[in-house]
Amino acid sequence: MKGWMGKFRMLFLFGALSLILSGCGVDNISALKPEGYGSELLFDLMLISIAIMLFVFVIVMAIYTFVIIRYRQKKGQEDYIPKQTEGNKALEIIWTVIPIILLLVLAVPTVQATFDLADNSGSEEEGAINIEVTGNQYWWHFNYKGQEISTSQDLYIPKDKRVHLTMKSTDVIHSFWVPSIAGKMDTNPGDNQNTMSLEAYEEGEYLGQCAELCGPSHSLMDFRVIAVSQEEFDQWVEDMKNVDPEAQPESDVAREGQELFNNNCMSCHAIGSAPAGVGPNMTNFANRSKIAGILDPTKENLVDWIVHPDEIKPGNQMPSNLVNEDEAEKIAEYLLQLDHTDVTPESAEQN
Amino acid sequence: MSTALAQKRGLGAAIWDYLTTVDHKKIAQLYLVSGGIFFLIGGLEAMLIRIQLMQPNSDFISAGLYNEMITMHGTTMIFLAAMPLIFALMNAVVPLQIGARDVAFPFLNSLGFWLFLAGGLILNCSWFLGGAPDAGWTAYAPLSATSPGHGVDYYVIGLQISGAGTLIGGINFLVTIVNMRAPGMSYMRMPLFTWASFVTSNLILFAFPALTVGLFLLMFDRMFGSAFFDVGLGGNAIIWEHLFWIFGHPEVYILILPVFGAFSDIFSTFSTKRLFGYSAMVFATVLIGFLGFMVWAHHMFTTGLGPVANSIFAVSTMAIAVPTGIKIFNWLFTMWGGKIRMTSAMLWSIAFIPTFTIGGMTGVMLAAAAADYQYHDTYFVVAHFHYVIVGGVVFGFFAALHYWWPKMFGKVLNEKLGKLAFWPFFIGFHLTFFIQHFLGLMGMPRRYWTYQEGQGLDLGNLISTVGAFLMAIGTLIFVYNVIYTAMKEKKVSGDPWDGRTLEWSIPSPPPFYNFKQTPLVRGLDPLWIEKQDGKTGMTPAEPLGDIHMPNGSFLPFLMSLGLFIAGFGFIYQVDHKGWLALVFIGMGITLGSMLTRSLKDDLGYHVHKEELEEGGGNHES
Repeated sequence: MKGWMGKFRMLFLFGALSLILSGCGVDNISALKPEGYGSELLFDLMLISIAIMLFVFVIVMAIYTFVIIRYRQKKGQEDYIPKQTEGNKALEIIWTVIPIILLLVLAVPTVQATFDLADNSGSEEEGAINIEVTGNQYWWHFNYKGQEISTSQDLYIPKDKRVHLTMKSTDVIHSFWVPSIAGKMDTNPGDNQNTMSLEAYEEGEYLGQCAELCGPSHSLMDFRVIAVSQEEFDQWVEDMKNVDPEAQPESDVAREGQELFNNNCMSCHAIGSAPAGVGPNMTNFANRSKIAGILDPTKENLVDWIVHPDEIKPGNQMPSNLVNEDEAEKIAEYLLQLDHTDVTPESAEQN
Repeated sequence: MSTALAQKRGLGAAIWDYLTTVDHKKIAQLYLVSGGIFFLIGGLEAMLIRIQLMQPNSDFISAGLYNEMITMHGTTMIFLAAMPLIFALMNAVVPLQIGARDVAFPFLNSLGFWLFLAGGLILNCSWFLGGAPDAGWTAYAPLSATSPGHGVDYYVIGLQISGAGTLIGGINFLVTIVNMRAPGMSYMRMPLFTWASFVTSNLILFAFPALTVGLFLLMFDRMFGSAFFDVGLGGNAIIWEHLFWIFGHPEVYILILPVFGAFSDIFSTFSTKRLFGYSAMVFATVLIGFLGFMVWAHHMFTTGLGPVANSIFAVSTMAIAVPTGIKIFNWLFTMWGGKIRMTSAMLWSIAFIPTFTIGGMTGVMLAAAAADYQYHDTYFVVAHFHYVIVGGVVFGFFAALHYWWPKMFGKVLNEKLGKLAFWPFFIGFHLTFFIQHFLGLMGMPRRYWTYQEGQGLDLGNLISTVGAFLMAIGTLIFVYNVIYTAMKEKKVSGDPWDGRTLEWSIPSPPPFYNFKQTPLVRGLDPLWIEKQDGKTGMTPAEPLGDIHMPNGSFLPFLMSLGLFIAGFGFIYQVDHKGWLALVFIGMGITLGSMLTRSLKDDLGYHVHKEELEEGGGNHES
């Protein structure tokens, strides 16, 4: 933490507050356990606002408690008529002016943080990582600009580096939210593209979610941001660029699966750097930590998903029963060997 | 007309009486009963939502049905429960508080109610006719514009019709408060509830048209092939968000201001003290209403309006905390030095202060635009708006109903049962919603049908569901109290609380003409002034004379019935043009009724002086 914010944190209240709050939630999910630039800035802003608000609350509650204990009607007071006070100028000025000052104290860092997070100037710099995020019912697509890399569901970034996102949607409004490292931003359909940035301070696999109601499977639209070291990221980029979409699998079953996949699935899905299709890009599928964002990556789950996608994510676009269970097993075999790189979610956790 | 009707007895006559009534007190009862029923329906939907979320990966209800539940819960609670209950209070109290014999436009008053009911019924018919709307109560395009089935069509048509009723009601109260005040009742002598109703009516007048426009655009997109929200054809989806929130934000003040007014009257009455800082309270009310129009984009911080717009709306939103704070302190100092009587009405009001303060505090936190990138569309927001809407509006309804029940029905709601209902509801409320602040920050987005295991959300959701059951128990005890009171309690005098304002100067329930003689108002808290001068009632401002009253009419019901029928025609003509027949029939009934109303003179009738002298000239009995 830098500058005046750092001094604020020294204050006992802030220390205590942040200690209490950061006890809440699970690592890599909770906004109260900030692990990136955006989330930390916002956590500090939250602490300032909570501290100011607690100050006001304590005063209100002190007066409140006193009043309802002290002035409750007592026995024998039935006929007593209290003095009919009209008001008090001095008091009224006090409780108008003090809140204004408190709000100004909050407004300054608010405006600062708002402009800070909107600052996208770094995206023009040489070597900047620009990623196009596309929200779809109910999956996410990531296009690394100028790199010819397309992935879906798992977003790899290097740690300690600001990554710039431009965001849009192909259908309805979604909202891209990674609570533990950044805030959220809507992905709008059409020309209303938004920008935001991500920076993770630690390596790790961070949960991302959709935060704008987008249909029945809104709650099942999870994705992951995987922050790895710069070297690992460079390696990943290199591997992704060299994906051969037509590579022959080793086992016979997987080869049959490839055949089936090409005949049945390729009209929507893609492997390699092909632009976003109707369905998610399958590159590096074997290294996904979840299938369809929510299922554990077992073969059984994958077969289940291929045959009955509508039972798992209601309302999604993938047709049910396009292939039978046997065929699905072969396709699963093929997909689960699409291991295009050694940089996996595990590499983010080993450090 | 009413003399002839009075001859008929029995249930049929009573029903006919309510179908044709233009009496603000009976319309208040109609609003109360229908709003109350919708409140129970909305509550039932909430319970189903909470049961679904009780444990992770639950499939108690399906994902699609869940979205219908959340949509209908929000829509029902805001448009079909809170709005009519506001109008119930305004109808029951405002004319009495300003010393009027009725509202300015009794016919429109009745029309407003029946339109609201027609819209509400259409909306709820969707459950039985292929599925309810499922795009959230905010119905963001393009999700709403492309949602399959007829659910969202019901939303559009239902809200359009009930919205027209609300707009009519708002205009009516505006004119009533401007024109119908008793002699001496200057603006700065109006009770706070009347002031708040006045400001609320203004907000309705300016906010609802934005909703009307938005709904028309959505209606044309869905039913007649336009493309206002279709980006593929050059439309713009963000416009809906603006239109909705230009209406939607003032709407929350439309709900909260009247109950602020009610709390002011209650604190003052049960502390036996004049309201502290009356003029500051009036000023704060007006300022909140005014600022309410300047803050809509704080619902859209993550839409991508840019840092300049976000900062401006952040600061303007924070500004609202100032007049709200003024109100809280003035209420506290109204009690300060007073003699607090802890009745049920006062209990709800006392509980409101800390609850609403928490809601206001989280409101300021949400106003910090950047921080909202974390809060937005999470359970933090859900917790916040339930703290202000339940902790403010619903607590306010309970308080106001306990307070004005004797005026409306002549009996005091049982105090023991009143307190028995309060505690489970109050504790349950905090159990349900306080934990949700944390759930949101721990990563639980709003409107999630389910959540995964291992995300640390299990315990919080379980606690929240347990709290919801306590709230349901509290609500049921209140309903029982209403029935118990009607059956067992005794009639009370016109002034059971040692009241301060005009409504307590007349019998309970009041005669249909309210005031035999229009009272002369000599200051703020007019009845209190007279009591201090040793008098028992108001000094009349006029000699006893004939009272002119409006005739009842069946036309408002017919007009609404026509729109109700036409609504189904509009919804289903998308499937088959034959349904347009319903549009013609329905609109024929409505326009025919309007023509009848225009051509047929209806001059009302007089209650004669002699009848009044005899025994109140009570036509109805």
